[in-house]
Amino acid sequence: MPILRRFSDMAADHDFDPVPPAVSIDTLSHSFGQGSMRRQVLENISLRINPGEVVLLTGPSGCGKTTLLTLIGALRTVQQGSVNVLGQRLNGAGRRSRQQVRRRIGMIFQGHNLLRCLTAEQNVQMGADLLPDLTYRARRNEARTWLRAVGLDDHQMGQLPHDLSGGQKQRVAIARALAAHPRLLLADEPTAALDSRTGREVVDLLKKLAREQACAVLMVTHDPRILDVADRLLQMEDGCLLPAIQ
Amino acid sequence: MKSLWQGRRIPLSWMLLTRQPVRLLVALAGISFAGILMFMQLGFRDGLFDASVTVHRLFDADLVLISPRSASSVRMAGFPRRRLIQTLADPSVEGVTPVHWGLMLWRNPETRRNRAILALGFNPDDPFFLDPGLAEQTGVLKQKGRILFDQLSRPEFGPIADWYNDGRVVETEIAGNRVRVEGLVSLGTSFGADGNLLTSTETFLDLMPQKSPGGIEVGLIRLQPGTDPDLAVARLQQRLPGDVTVLTKQGFIDFEQNYWKSSTSIGFIFTLGAAMGFVVGCVIVYQVLYTDVSDHLPEYATLMAMGYRISHLLGVVMREGFYLAALGYVPAYLAGQGLYWFVRDATKLPVGMDLPRAITVLVMILVMCMLSSLLAMRRLIDADPAEIF
Ligand SMILES: Nc1ncnc2c1ncn2[C@@H]1O[C@H](COP(=O)(O)OP(=O)(O)OP(=O)(O)O)[C@@H](O)[C@H]1O
Ligand SMILES: [Mg+2]
Repeated sequence: MPILRRFSDMAADHDFDPVPPAVSIDTLSHSFGQGSMRRQVLENISLRINPGEVVLLTGPSGCGKTTLLTLIGALRTVQQGSVNVLGQRLNGAGRRSRQQVRRRIGMIFQGHNLLRCLTAEQNVQMGADLLPDLTYRARRNEARTWLRAVGLDDHQMGQLPHDLSGGQKQRVAIARALAAHPRLLLADEPTAALDSRTGREVVDLLKKLAREQACAVLMVTHDPRILDVADRLLQMEDGCLLPAIQ
Repeated sequence: MKSLWQGRRIPLSWMLLTRQPVRLLVALAGISFAGILMFMQLGFRDGLFDASVTVHRLFDADLVLISPRSASSVRMAGFPRRRLIQTLADPSVEGVTPVHWGLMLWRNPETRRNRAILALGFNPDDPFFLDPGLAEQTGVLKQKGRILFDQLSRPEFGPIADWYNDGRVVETEIAGNRVRVEGLVSLGTSFGADGNLLTSTETFLDLMPQKSPGGIEVGLIRLQPGTDPDLAVARLQQRLPGDVTVLTKQGFIDFEQNYWKSSTSIGFIFTLGAAMGFVVGCVIVYQVLYTDVSDHLPEYATLMAMGYRISHLLGVVMREGFYLAALGYVPAYLAGQGLYWFVRDATKLPVGMDLPRAITVLVMILVMCMLSSLLAMRRLIDADPAEIF
């Protein structure tokens, strides 16, 4: 069982800490485009996220939050600086090792990005299918357990995303992300498409389930009403991380 | 087996196909159409080649002697009859039958127009047909100037069968000689011959005086039971001089078919037709799979972001192609059967479904779908998981 501790406690003894951080980034910079079109999007970012920690990231539009998330999610190659995620160094990591890291990261998108042709249950099982050495039945039960955990009943499980409400779709997306037993959850504005009450419910659920799994969470949000779920709040501006406020 | 079942995953390819029934139907219609086209063209081709040897197949013979100068059933050269008798010296030869074979000009008794007909001349006491019913009829040929007419001949030869069945005396002229139809047989038309007639050696030579009496066009050899025909061919060919060629019955059939295959464009035309079907099928399947992949690109990217390997996704597209092939083949096969039946009925061509062709078309459809899915997969490269956040 990983021990949950406050970041402040850990910062003190971080040099001889037995639990490695979920994410550790050092002087990361990133830019898009070539030559005169070249634009620096991230500048000199350093950041640590400990296992089980829920971190919220806010900042004005276009400041580079999504770019940072894709770099942590091993969806882009690292240009400058170092990124370590779940013990894997991502600088210069090949396709294959990045794909391996992604299996241990859950991702929740602004749009739910469910597969339209699969039922809710099948969608979640696409996540559970990533677990090695489990029988089909076990993976299906896993999927059902998660769907119940996010509050879908048996009837709704058999429905296509098309027939579910926005909040339900986002719950399915959360179940799918968690079904692969990730150690890190990345979420980019998961509440953007939801009304404020549903958004609140979804975020509370996300936090609760991540806590139970001792899964670290990095969530980008613009929604000021959900900031209080965070263990720690990060703010970005123009590609730079502002000093911690909490 | 059990672990395979336990290890199974969500059948994503199947779901992608079946949850879009309209697209699936379009794809299946296209594949079936391509399959039917291939069945038709290949069926016609094989049927026509098959039809070129309808007469050849009727012979009760293990080996056949022909002249090396013979090109095909329409240009059979003669060789000395002695050669056939010489084969009797081989202990494995049980019996021989000399056959005269040539095209004659038959005058339609109704319209008085001449048309080439294939005539076979032989000893009426020694018929050589596999069909015992035919053998019983040949006795009437012992009288000179009598023939048996093939009632499956094309109608251009005149209403011979109708007149004969009405009890009329049917007489006509061949090369200025009077002949009388003394009975009807069923042989079947072929490429080279629109009609056939059977007659005795004497009548044959009367009708074709330019043929030398010591020469024959085809020598049929029956072997002792249990003889290996291929070994006998080699032995006889060695024993006989170079003015005859020894063939097995199958070799005789192949000899005729090869002529039509190699010196006419029939094979080419129909193979081209089948190739067209293949190409049309490829285009349709590619189009369907390409739009399918394009429509689901964000979903494929999501799967990549979740940690699925690109090879897994390629497998999904591949399996879609496979399912399409399997599902499209069934209606193509059934429609092919129906069309063959229809064509047989309408043209009397021996067109039918046979296993090699069924397999050929199945393989073609599989290749078609796999090729198309390989091409459609290139679209997957555009699925960038970094762009979906
Ligand atoms: N693939 C790309 N190519 C070029 N420029 C890009 C690309 N992706 C993002 N950018 C640019 O990088 C900057 C940061 O983008 P990013 O999406 O990270 O911002 P964000 O903080 O997530 O904004 P928002 O809150 O609106 O989602 C933007 O100015 C954007 O135009
Ligand atoms: Mg963004």
